[in-house]
Amino acid sequence: MLCCVKEKIGEAVLPGDLLAFEIQKSENKREKLICGPGLRRDGEDVFVCKSGILRHKEPNLYWIDLQQRRYVPAKGESVIGIVTAKSGDVFKVDVGGSEQASLSYLAFEGATKRNRPNVQVGDLVYAQFIIANKDMEPELVCIDSCGRANGMGVFGAGGLLFKVSLGLVRKLLSPQSEIVKDLEKIFPFEMVIGLNGRIWVKAKTTQQTLIVANILESCENMTTEQRRSIFGRVSENVL
Amino acid sequence: MQRGLDAETRKQLEEEEKRIISDEHWYLDLPELKEKENFIIEERSFLPCEDLLYGRMSFKGFNPEVEKLMTLMNSQNRTEDVEEEVQNKTGVDVSDEEMARRYESLVGSIKRKFTKKRNRPAIQGEDNVNSNIRSPKIKKVFLKPQD
Repeated sequence: MLCCVKEKIGEAVLPGDLLAFEIQKSENKREKLICGPGLRRDGEDVFVCKSGILRHKEPNLYWIDLQQRRYVPAKGESVIGIVTAKSGDVFKVDVGGSEQASLSYLAFEGATKRNRPNVQVGDLVYAQFIIANKDMEPELVCIDSCGRANGMGVFGAGGLLFKVSLGLVRKLLSPQSEIVKDLEKIFPFEMVIGLNGRIWVKAKTTQQTLIVANILESCENMTTEQRRSIFGRVSENVL
Repeated sequence: MQRGLDAETRKQLEEEEKRIISDEHWYLDLPELKEKENFIIEERSFLPCEDLLYGRMSFKGFNPEVEKLMTLMNSQNRTEDVEEEVQNKTGVDVSDEEMARRYESLVGSIKRKFTKKRNRPAIQGEDNVNSNIRSPKIKKVFLKPQD
């Protein structure tokens, strides 16, 4: 169904909708248009391939705000992975996608052939994708382009790892996240959020860790008032 | 006595060989296809769409290293904020203006050190504009004694 893009921003769209853009064909034919996740290009047209709400960001970025639990690896995203196997020079890491990602042992800060990183099977790693497309095996690294770790690598002794939907993860990581603002007032804790839907939490006691984990898992479907009331009760009980 | 071939016949033979070889090569007899300039780019990741923050977080001082990382990485994302300017100034020991002043005097003193004694009044003349020193263009040249 053909529809104009300007009307549909902020509205729900269904897979199969065709979006029409006002293309200036006179001078600026080079105006780039970026279609984000949920949109697909077919020749000169843009189709919607996932249902959700159409969003727009200046100047020319469009994407679909969708809900899903299954993660598909994308380049540049930081995820939490679990090391499942060590084969030669490469670690196999489970990121929740359709296949396991590979992580080279040289992709850690300060790692050389003689100086191997201390990674065991079952460790949690916070890493970034450098290769992630449908044709190749995904590859992870724990350093950035300058060679610094920037907090990536093996983390966490203790704590709890659990899985949430991808929409919640994006809500938590958005710049003005209310959930995070409410959470940070309760008690000191530490959290690592992977874009593959995995969150790791660690607090001083096991009970506090479990409280935070339960709040995060359940606050996706709550309204703001419900969430505030739960936070209020928790902070009363803790103090 | 000529055993070998002439240069001309050799050239002709080579050309014939090349022609035979290139005829055997296969090529596509298609019209030239012009690559369409696509101005629609597909982007698979959510990162540029929503400006997501750094994934490791620590609150109330639970893990000070992670808190330092948080401020570092989140300020890298926001390059237009004023906060970054403040951070730059606090992280640096010497401010930019003081550095410029120091450099000014440093350059002058090093220059003075390496000039010959003859040229030193000229350098000092640059510093004091009002002083009466003869112009540096008049150089002392050896005058030949007249017989």
